Amino acid sequence: MDMNRRELLVGVGKFIILSGSARAALNGDTETYNMAEHWWGMTIDVSKCIGCGNCVRACAAENGVPKGYFRTWVERYQVNGGDMEHPRVDSPDGGFNGFPPRGPSNAKSFFVPKLCNHCADSPCVQSCPVGATFDSPDGVVLVDEKYCVGCRYCIQACPYGCRYLHPTKHTADKCTLCYHRITKGLTTACCEACPTGARKLADLKNPADPVHEFLRDNNVQILKPQMATRAKVYYKDLDGAVR
Amino acid sequence: MKKILRESEHLVRLALLAAILVVAFLAIRKAVVPAGFGRYGHYRAPALDDIRARPISFAGHEACEACHDEQAKAKSQGKHAQVSCEACHGPLAAHADDPDAHKAVKPDPATLCMRCHAADSAKPKSFPQVAGDHAGGESCGGCHNPHSPAM
Repeated sequence: MDMNRRELLVGVGKFIILSGSARAALNGDTETYNMAEHWWGMTIDVSKCIGCGNCVRACAAENGVPKGYFRTWVERYQVNGGDMEHPRVDSPDGGFNGFPPRGPSNAKSFFVPKLCNHCADSPCVQSCPVGATFDSPDGVVLVDEKYCVGCRYCIQACPYGCRYLHPTKHTADKCTLCYHRITKGLTTACCEACPTGARKLADLKNPADPVHEFLRDNNVQILKPQMATRAKVYYKDLDGAVR
Repeated sequence: MKKILRESEHLVRLALLAAILVVAFLAIRKAVVPAGFGRYGHYRAPALDDIRARPISFAGHEACEACHDEQAKAKSQGKHAQVSCEACHGPLAAHADDPDAHKAVKPDPATLCMRCHAADSAKPKSFPQVAGDHAGGESCGGCHNPHSPAM
C-alpha cells in the first residue's frame, strides 16, 4: 500500500470527522435543534416522478405504516382528449409495488405523489376536539398518540385524504414529515429513497435552502388552493386535472 | 362590632365556599391537565419529544459514504449519482450503527431495475425506459453495473 505520512494523517482525519458526523446524525443531537429556526414543507417535481413507489415503501419501512394504509402514496393520472374534469386515476396499493405498465397512448399521463400537505391553516387541527393534533412551532402537523381519542373528526376534515385511523392503536395517524429525522439533520425517508429527486424536503426559514429558487423559477401550485389551507407541499408543473 | 360580624356571617360562609371551590378547581386541573399542555399551543408539548424519539430506519447516504467510499465514488461518476444508496439497498440504519451485527442484503437486480426502468407512458419522456426485447433474455447485470450503469 503506497501511502505517505501526510496521506495517512489526512485519511484518518477524514474518517474521524465523517464517522463522527454520521453518528451524530444517527443518534440525534436534539439539544442543538431550535424549532424557531425552521418552517418545514416539501417540493414535488411532478415531471420527475417515475411512479416506482420507492417513497411509499420507504415511508412504510421508516414509520411502520400498517399494510393497506398510507402516509404517502402515488397516483397515476390519465387525461383523455382534454377532458379535465374526468381524469382516469389509478393507485394500486398506493403505488407500493409500482404500477402495472401502461403502453403508449394518446392520452396525457403522469404520476402525482401525495402526502400530508402540512397546512399552516389545517382543517384537521381546527377540528380536533381534544388538542391531540396540532401544528408544531416549526410547521409540521402532528398527532399526539397518547392524547387522541380516535373520534375521526380530523380524518373527515382533511380535504386531501391524508389521515387514517390506525387499525391497532385506534388513534388518528398520518405523515409526520419524518419529524424524528428532520429534527436531527436528516431528510425524510421518502426524499431519501426517491431515485429521481422528485421530492425534496424544504425548510422555508433557511435562506440557503434551494426551495426559494424552486418557488421563484417554476410554475408552482398547491393542491386545492380554494380550501385556503395554506398547504406547504409545493408541486412543480402540476396539471390542472389533479384533484 | 359583634353585630356587624353576626350580620355578615352568611358572607363569610359564602367566601369560604368560594375559596374551597377555587382550591378544588386548581387541584382537579392540576391532576387532569397533562404536563406541558399549552406551552406552545392547545396541545401537549412533550408530544413533540415523543415523536422525535421514534427510531430511525434510513441512515442517509452520508452514513453509507463514510465507509463505502469505493462504491460512492463509482456512483458519483455515473448516471445514478443522484440516487441515494438506500433507494435500492433499503433501510440500513441498523447496519450503519453496527455493521457486524446487521449485514446488508444484496438486492435482486432484476426486480430492482425494472421498478424504475419498466416502460410506462406516464413516465417522463426523457427517463430511460426498457420495453420488449431490450436485453434478449440477458439479466440487467450482464451489461450494466448498477452503481454506474452506462455501458
